[in-house]
Amino acid sequence: MTDIAIDFSPAAAPLAEKLLGAAQEVLARYPVGRERSALLPLLHLVQTEEGYVSPAGVAFCAEVLGINKAQVGAVATFYTMYKRRPTGEYLVSVCTNTLCNVMGGQEVYDRLTEHLGVGHDETTADGRITLEHAECLAACDYAPVVTVNYDFTVDQATPESAVELVDNLRSGERPTPARGARICSLKEMQYQLAGFADPRDGAVGDGVAGAPTLRGVRLAQEHGIAVAGFDPETPITKTKPARAEEEK
Amino acid sequence: MTRPRPEVLQKLTPVLTKRWLSPDAWQIGVYERLDGYQAVRKALDVHPDDLIQLIKDSGLRGRGGAGFPTGLKWGFIPQGDGKPHYLVINADEGEPGTCKDLPLMTYDPHSLVEGAIIASYAIRASRAFIYIRGEAVHAARRLRNAVKEAYAAGYLGENILGSGFDLDLVVHSGAGAYICGEETALLDSLEGFRGQPRLRPPFPAIAGLYASPTVVNNVGTIASVPYIVLGGADWWKSMGTEKSAGPMIYSLSGRVVNPGQYECGLGITLRELIELAGGMQPGHNLKFWTPGGSSTPLLTAEHIDTAMDFEGVAAAGSILGTTAMQIFSDQDCPVYNTWRWLEFYHHESCGKCTPCREGNYWMVRTYRRILAGQGTYADLDTLQDTADNIFGRSFCGLGDGAATPVISTLKWFRDDYLGYIEGRTAPRLSEKSLVGAH
Amino acid sequence: MTDVAKRTDTVTLTIDGVEVTAEKGELLIRVAERMGTAIPRFCDHPLLAPAGACRQCLVEVEGQRKPVASCTQTVAEGMVVKTQLSSPVAAKAQAGVMELLLINHPLDCPTCDKGGECPLQNQAMSTGRADSRFHEHKREYEKPIHISSQVLLDRERCVLCQRCTRFSEEIAGDKFIDLMDRSSGEQINVYRDDFFGGAGTGDGQVGEGEGDVAFNSYFSGNTIQICPVGALTGEQYRFRARPFDLVSSPTACEHCAAGCSMRADHRRGKVLRRLAGDDPAVNEEWNCDKGRWGFRYTTATDRLTTPLVRDSGTGQLREASWSEALLAAAEGLRAARERGVGVLTGGRLTVEDAYAYAKFARVVLGTNDIDFRARPVRASGSPAEVAEEAEFLAAAVAGISEVTYAEVEDAPSALIVGLEPEEECPILFLRLRKAHNRKKLKVTAVAPYLSRGFEKLGATLVPAVPGDEARLLGTDPAVAAALSTPGSLLLVGERLATVPGGLSAAAALAARTGARLAWVPRRAGDRGALDAGCLPNLLPGGRPVGDPAARAELSISWSVDAGVLPSKLGRDVDAIIAAAADGTLGGLLVGAVDPGDLADPVLAEQALDAVPFLVSLELRKSAVTERADVVLPIAPAVEKSGTYMDWEGRLRSFGTVLRGSTAMTDGRVLEAIAALLEVTLNTGDVQAVRRELGAMPASTARSESPSVAAGARTEPGEREAVLATWHQLIDLGTLLDGDAVLAGTARPPVVRLGKELAEQLRVADGDLITVRSDRGSVTLPAAITDLPRQVVWLPTNSPGSTVRRSLGVTAGAVVRLSAGLPGPILAEGVDR
Repeated sequence: MTDIAIDFSPAAAPLAEKLLGAAQEVLARYPVGRERSALLPLLHLVQTEEGYVSPAGVAFCAEVLGINKAQVGAVATFYTMYKRRPTGEYLVSVCTNTLCNVMGGQEVYDRLTEHLGVGHDETTADGRITLEHAECLAACDYAPVVTVNYDFTVDQATPESAVELVDNLRSGERPTPARGARICSLKEMQYQLAGFADPRDGAVGDGVAGAPTLRGVRLAQEHGIAVAGFDPETPITKTKPARAEEEK
Repeated sequence: MTRPRPEVLQKLTPVLTKRWLSPDAWQIGVYERLDGYQAVRKALDVHPDDLIQLIKDSGLRGRGGAGFPTGLKWGFIPQGDGKPHYLVINADEGEPGTCKDLPLMTYDPHSLVEGAIIASYAIRASRAFIYIRGEAVHAARRLRNAVKEAYAAGYLGENILGSGFDLDLVVHSGAGAYICGEETALLDSLEGFRGQPRLRPPFPAIAGLYASPTVVNNVGTIASVPYIVLGGADWWKSMGTEKSAGPMIYSLSGRVVNPGQYECGLGITLRELIELAGGMQPGHNLKFWTPGGSSTPLLTAEHIDTAMDFEGVAAAGSILGTTAMQIFSDQDCPVYNTWRWLEFYHHESCGKCTPCREGNYWMVRTYRRILAGQGTYADLDTLQDTADNIFGRSFCGLGDGAATPVISTLKWFRDDYLGYIEGRTAPRLSEKSLVGAH
Repeated sequence: MTDVAKRTDTVTLTIDGVEVTAEKGELLIRVAERMGTAIPRFCDHPLLAPAGACRQCLVEVEGQRKPVASCTQTVAEGMVVKTQLSSPVAAKAQAGVMELLLINHPLDCPTCDKGGECPLQNQAMSTGRADSRFHEHKREYEKPIHISSQVLLDRERCVLCQRCTRFSEEIAGDKFIDLMDRSSGEQINVYRDDFFGGAGTGDGQVGEGEGDVAFNSYFSGNTIQICPVGALTGEQYRFRARPFDLVSSPTACEHCAAGCSMRADHRRGKVLRRLAGDDPAVNEEWNCDKGRWGFRYTTATDRLTTPLVRDSGTGQLREASWSEALLAAAEGLRAARERGVGVLTGGRLTVEDAYAYAKFARVVLGTNDIDFRARPVRASGSPAEVAEEAEFLAAAVAGISEVTYAEVEDAPSALIVGLEPEEECPILFLRLRKAHNRKKLKVTAVAPYLSRGFEKLGATLVPAVPGDEARLLGTDPAVAAALSTPGSLLLVGERLATVPGGLSAAAALAARTGARLAWVPRRAGDRGALDAGCLPNLLPGGRPVGDPAARAELSISWSVDAGVLPSKLGRDVDAIIAAAADGTLGGLLVGAVDPGDLADPVLAEQALDAVPFLVSLELRKSAVTERADVVLPIAPAVEKSGTYMDWEGRLRSFGTVLRGSTAMTDGRVLEAIAALLEVTLNTGDVQAVRRELGAMPASTARSESPSVAAGARTEPGEREAVLATWHQLIDLGTLLDGDAVLAGTARPPVVRLGKELAEQLRVADGDLITVRSDRGSVTLPAAITDLPRQVVWLPTNSPGSTVRRSLGVTAGAVVRLSAGLPGPILAEGVDR
């Protein structure tokens, strides 16, 4: 499916004008007849423009996929990353799941709430920051963690380091994240979530592995430990010819 | 900080984590210099059935938690059925405590791509998907880049390395739903629906993605495949135990001096792992821990010498799970921490079945009340009963996971509960969190 | 034990220690139920795919680590199952799930419609705890929300079993309700802008956001019926009654030819609600919203309860006693029959009443001038062409029952022409959809466009300009291909009658391909009237009027002298109207015909005005009663017993629901008139009619199918188009009067036209378009649809679009189009 001729409704048409090309690329990733698979990426794509899943975004997805808005709404309301109100330039997430919390995640979150004057899923008046407490972000060895637009930005966060982060963001700076790529806006991140390559030169190479990640393998390296007997030429038992040979 | 003894250090088996030491291994050129894409050449030179046999021989078991034999799973795919086959890689890492797949995909993404090519070839799939957790943006960035590089180098696309084998690989980001780690929920999500688990049977091997035969494997499982193809089944089995073969990435977090990823042969003990991690933090004594994420029954200090393999952990009454070992000390309240887990399970319950949807709603509220100093003795029986009514009664494993910390802590740490009820322990929550209770 | 060879399609298992044999693949819950063990359940429904969501039906299966949901577990050989009756584990699991279901359920049973017939309430009494251990705050929602004008949702009562959403997706194909949100916040809802930061007050009312989409389904009432709690309720019934105060009676639906079995619940002489009856052979357990909610017409304020006669002094209708009115009718008819009396009957007649009209016409009025077709028939052409439909019905339909619902379900392919099943026979539509979804039935539609109903059937379209169907049936390769597989069906709607050569082509096509043919009329009484002889060429039992042997046979049955029965072919509805209008006829006997349904309502009303003597048997005041000389009130279906014959030819008998009524059937009224004319009609008692019909020998005479040639294609000019039109299910039909909430679920009337025509007229979706004929105009918003270039579609009888009355034309006519509202009449001439 490379070209879709859709008469978009007035609600969806303005978005379609901006997003249809990208939407077609998204659809092309899935088998013909299975375009509905594109719904999650398309909803991310809507957030690229809107900053959240807007009624127009729902209409756009529904019309691109030929399904109804209730079906789109059912999906859009299921997933945490689809926001239902306009968001700020940066989404700051503090993990307050059990392990991060043991290591101080709640204190970090509470301090940010107080400092920013917003609660969970709320946005500062200057439109810079949407704050949320998040469930496990899969970085427990760095607990507690704070992400900006989902990129790991502050490891072993403290209330102080978190406040410093948001102050920097609010003053227009984009501090270098601990392990993620250089910071972009939340809308720009949605473009990547829709499955497109990070358009920024060098961003993919940003972020080096932190000490906890490498702890075991460094320990092995330091002590000269390797798994013995590894021979990449070890033959594989062949009971029948490979397909390539069949064709010959 | 204690220094690990040499015999404990010898238990390290850097295999899947080894390339992480090379900061540029995410680039295809570096990857290729580090044995990369050698396995795929080797694999395409043998018949797919022989690859399946190799994986069976290696004893590789799924790294996503259930430990199902991988070769057997691949063998379930009906051949010659005229339907398209799919490989779907479960990269929706979200089990609390689990943090091994993200670094793997971030620092060595090509190993997953290469494993995907080999696995797809083995099961005769011409399309593969990596369903990656939405929040894992940097890992996805690296993976997408790796996929692009692999296409450019001819490892993906049509007629791979002249073998006649075609494969398209798509990296598909989720959107924030823990339940999508459940393989059938993942498939529904990948098809563009709410990620709610499906009825089984039919199993994915028969009717998975797009109602076609599908293998769903974890990141670690697929990333292991190139190593087995290169080093052979015997070499793989030289690590780990007889029934739990190979290396495993153990993720230690919490009250140890050096939290982090430790790749060791299956069967190492927590005592040894803590030793590798520099010991417990000063002033902290081990009290309880998860062997494989929060959904696995908690173990206590008395289980410190349990062999961390599928059988050993099962014998101790728990599950190896994702070897995500969250270490809690005597300064960590099991009641409070169980509540946090429940808030998580409640947030992530998909809502499909009654026990999980309603049970978690109830339990989080009961915990809030207990932690606010308003619990009763009867609450403990009700909690136990509710957890029992969720465990094994829910549609999928999420409910079991939610009930697990409740059942565990009531079993091991009842007195900690009584502390709140009897007023011996200061309330951890204010009454304002109970607004609306009656 | 002896060694009995095991049937391979069955398995033997043990449930609660009892050995039981079951079909392979059967679900445990059904097998247990068959042996008398009811396992509690909510999400399970035998006609929906298993879900396993509510977990209420857990049982213990030996060898399984965990209790299993018996609604998803299929039986296996040697399986050992213990239900709550013998397993403490199962009993505990069920009690546990029940407790969890109740923690957030409001205990508002005393004010809930479902109270008294609620599966949750019942099972809570049998399986639940006496007291609650839940001390926390219950989930709350704004309540109720209107998810359509008819359906209300109280989300806090919902147990999220998803029967409603599964029904809407699997059965009706109207997935406008879905699960929204997640976890304990998960809820059923429609799409609403306020979920996504859009307009709305946040209190859940649908329609406040401009993008809100209501639960738009003709089958929405079924979701209320299968809701196992009181979460879904109907506006029409909400807070009206308690189930235990109602008397339930089985009945049959009077609306369309689908033949639904129904249940009517009444209290103190008034029906308060109707539900779908359970008839696996016909409607399974479903019905449509029209059948469910379209019953208020019987209690409308204009219901006739007393006979009326036209006062010779004032010229006005006045109330009269039955004896006076009957005598007036008899005497008037006696006088009128010298010049001839025509009989027109409408679509609501039972077989018994239709038979009474048929017999009355022949033995009292001595005429074959009787026609049940209160709709356009072919109006012009040679006598053979005009008689095409009547001959087709005589040859291929009357007395024949060839295609049934079961055959629809098993057919490999179906070609549909002149019929939009969802609008015109909704339960046939559901069966077609089931066959399509579960058994891969291929549907091909010869129609101007793929309607929503056809889309839901996955139909392939053979695009047809109205009037051109006959040619397509004869020559289009896609048509022949659609019927090439043995067992294929050809479903023909009544609308094909207006297409010259259409029915001839259909009969020929069936003969050529071996496809089985079914004629699907729109109204409940149509097929019965045909078989009862309400047609100018047919006597009861499909006997041809012109066949002396058939007449002789009937004379014996009716105990009348040979020669009493008229042998002359009667006039059809148009000819009767024309004869009345030009003063040829002496009188008309009209049984519940709405002139608005006829091809030309204006002409019909002129005829009613012109005819010297007019008798009207009616339920409510109408355009006929106001012109009648004698008006005789008759009983609605709910106040009488009778039988409908559905499109299959299946008899659907029903008893009297409201026994206290003194209203009489048409047959009884006709019998009384006949008696005054010294004829014993013997149609006053339904049982007597059934006996008489039953004793009648089966007719063997069968005429040849007509062979009328296809007509020429109509070529409209600039700004002209060929009109396509059919009835929407919920429209201005007289049996739908009096229910605004039901009318609220009607599909919005639009003008459908193709893109090219829209561009020519410079209109976009939603812009007004005026469709004109020489008679008048209809103005509606445009809906640009994939239609043939020269075709425009209008709903036949919807608000703002009364095609026959306003335009005086029917499908196939050329109409003129213009953008916007109609201009002043004077401008019409220069408009083009």
